[in-house]
Amino acid sequence: MTVIVISGGLSHERDVSLRSGRRVTQALRSRGHQVVETDVGTDLVPLVRSTKDPVVIPMLHGGLGEDGALREVLGLLGVPFVGPTGAASRLTFDKSIATRVVANAGLSVTRQVALPHDIFRELGAPALMQAIGDQIGYPLMVKPSRSGSALGALKVADQESLATALVGAYAYGPVAVVERFIEGTELAVTVLEGDNGLRALPPVEIRPTSGIYDYEARYTAGATRFVTPAELPPETLRAAQELAVAAHEALGLRHLSRTDMVVAADGTPIFLEGNVAPGMTETSLAPLAFEAAGMELGEVFSSLVERARGDR
Amino acid sequence: MSADVPRHDTRLDRFVDSYAARTHGMKVSAVRALFAVANRPEIVSLAGGMPNIHDLPLGDIASNVAEMILTNGAKVMQYGSGQGEPRIREQICDVMALEGISAHPDDVMISAGSQQGLDLVTRIFCDPGDVVLAESPSYVGAIGTFLSYQAEVVHVAGDDCGIDPDALRETVARLEAAGRRIKFLYTIPNYNNPSGITQPWERRVEVLGVCRELGILVVEDNPYGLLSLDADPVPAMRSVDSDVIYLGSFSKTFAPGFRVGWVLAPHAVREKLVLAQESATLCPPVFSQFAISTYLEHSDWQGQIDAFRTMYRTRRDAMLKALADHMPPGTSWTHPIGGFFVWVTLPEGIDAQAMLPRGVDARVAFVPGAAFFADGQGARNARLSYCFPPAERIIIGVERFADVVRNELDVLDIFGVRAPTKHPQAAGPGAETY
Repeated sequence: MTVIVISGGLSHERDVSLRSGRRVTQALRSRGHQVVETDVGTDLVPLVRSTKDPVVIPMLHGGLGEDGALREVLGLLGVPFVGPTGAASRLTFDKSIATRVVANAGLSVTRQVALPHDIFRELGAPALMQAIGDQIGYPLMVKPSRSGSALGALKVADQESLATALVGAYAYGPVAVVERFIEGTELAVTVLEGDNGLRALPPVEIRPTSGIYDYEARYTAGATRFVTPAELPPETLRAAQELAVAAHEALGLRHLSRTDMVVAADGTPIFLEGNVAPGMTETSLAPLAFEAAGMELGEVFSSLVERARGDR
Repeated sequence: MSADVPRHDTRLDRFVDSYAARTHGMKVSAVRALFAVANRPEIVSLAGGMPNIHDLPLGDIASNVAEMILTNGAKVMQYGSGQGEPRIREQICDVMALEGISAHPDDVMISAGSQQGLDLVTRIFCDPGDVVLAESPSYVGAIGTFLSYQAEVVHVAGDDCGIDPDALRETVARLEAAGRRIKFLYTIPNYNNPSGITQPWERRVEVLGVCRELGILVVEDNPYGLLSLDADPVPAMRSVDSDVIYLGSFSKTFAPGFRVGWVLAPHAVREKLVLAQESATLCPPVFSQFAISTYLEHSDWQGQIDAFRTMYRTRRDAMLKALADHMPPGTSWTHPIGGFFVWVTLPEGIDAQAMLPRGVDARVAFVPGAAFFADGQGARNARLSYCFPPAERIIIGVERFADVVRNELDVLDIFGVRAPTKHPQAAGPGAETY
């Protein structure tokens, strides 16, 4: 068997992806796996097809790594791969659709509206922005609907700053989501599929020293404090884990996922977004959860590779 | 959650509380991360400042270096002088003579690229809180160096001829009235990075006059000086003022991989620089110094520079034509007579940094103007470089860049956002800005 780790790509998160890919590759090699590390390009399909007994790990963040496109191709080729199918990835990667699916499953979500920029042209931006403020209220969050690592995401305190935040989000794609900002404890809960079914790992609490978990706080070592398991009552931690498993199932995910959520003042965990290719960098959240659960990165991916082969 | 899972509290950096204060500003940035895609072949990168060295006579260089190792290997791979090897310092004086500088090899110190020379100059002059004056805009790598020594960078307004002497005088007066200590003026008078503009000789003399009168040391950075594209180079500031600290480099006229630059400084300053160099590296790269010395000895390096000038002229012309053909109204740009860069002023309301992801999606990379200021200016600006991609790729890149700007304007128009930034006005030289 040869494991093919795909990282890089042309998305805005290429740098993060390369770092994730490198770590997973090293972890698997240290356990004796034969691993080929590759980027996305015209030589990818020939590589996959010419490799004997391949298992692919799409360690791509954003773009065609998470929007399902590459996974559809792998499915077409009949190549086993780690992580959700193309369809589930596509659905999860789009925050506006994922939030709706999770809400329909009866889970708590924040109030959200997804808007392409053209709607502001058609209806007039001032009136629509006024309506957003009236209905959702400030502070609110503006995010690109299909992006990760908090790129293009901004907390907006008042109407005056809303237009600039929307312009910033639309630089990452044609649709932005606007959602109510919920004050609370930020958590990331990793869900891992094992022989005994789905298992939610200890929730990681995120405490950025700057107060905002933006790109800088995510990838600068030392800029954020992580507490695992989160400093919350046991019943709240359990509720957070249940939410992550339920979201994983509602979104049709498999093998591995990470759900980002916020625990509101009343102790309710609220779904923010799902991740089909959680980051595996030195400062990423899922590896912290593995560690808290007593697992090593290589051990996790070894087992996922075997699981992917079995799912073929 | 089971109570038996031990709680782990980490910032993922065991040494986070041990770093020096000057390290605190060193952070990952989303803008920097976006440049990770710039090296992909699908992207036309108008962002980097890499010289195009494909046309170097690699076969000749290889055989000369091989000969150097065979005949002199034990010396060229040994430690060397902290000041740099005597022979290359002599040759550097010949190089500087082309720009009107008369210098003695004893006053030259070799550095690992002129970037290290700048680092050492800053190290020996700047205490935390000191002020370094710089052009508007200025080289991002210099700003980073100054900030790493906790100096404050204050930009001096300029025009299409470089630093405005009156603005320089006013800035110095204001800072001194506030009790601030100004350590030096940092300037790139030839084909400035990023603005591409050149200070005419008369302006250089004026700026030097103001600095002499006010007791301000001048640090002249001149990596592109010999890469004039339309006329002979303007003489260096150092050619008429031996108090000027002059930074030179082989990175653009030969190859950057050798990491060989130099500092020409007054005797007392040079002595301190050598001590600083010895504490930093013991000695600058000896092998590289001998390799460049061999190149200067045995190759037609001036002919090679002429070839570079012809090549860069073609690329510069392609970029300027493409900008004229494709950019939307409200955009202006500088017209460099040498070097690598064009400074673009975008239509009102655009924030080039916020627009960068749109550029990545459109497969074109550029550097947002804010990178070239320490104070938040430059939001409406971008630096485009024409040094690395061939002319036909430059044209494609500019077409894509123009589309990116048009699409951004479209979104801005929807929201009626015409001045979303803290510094909405254009910054730096270029038509329409002054």
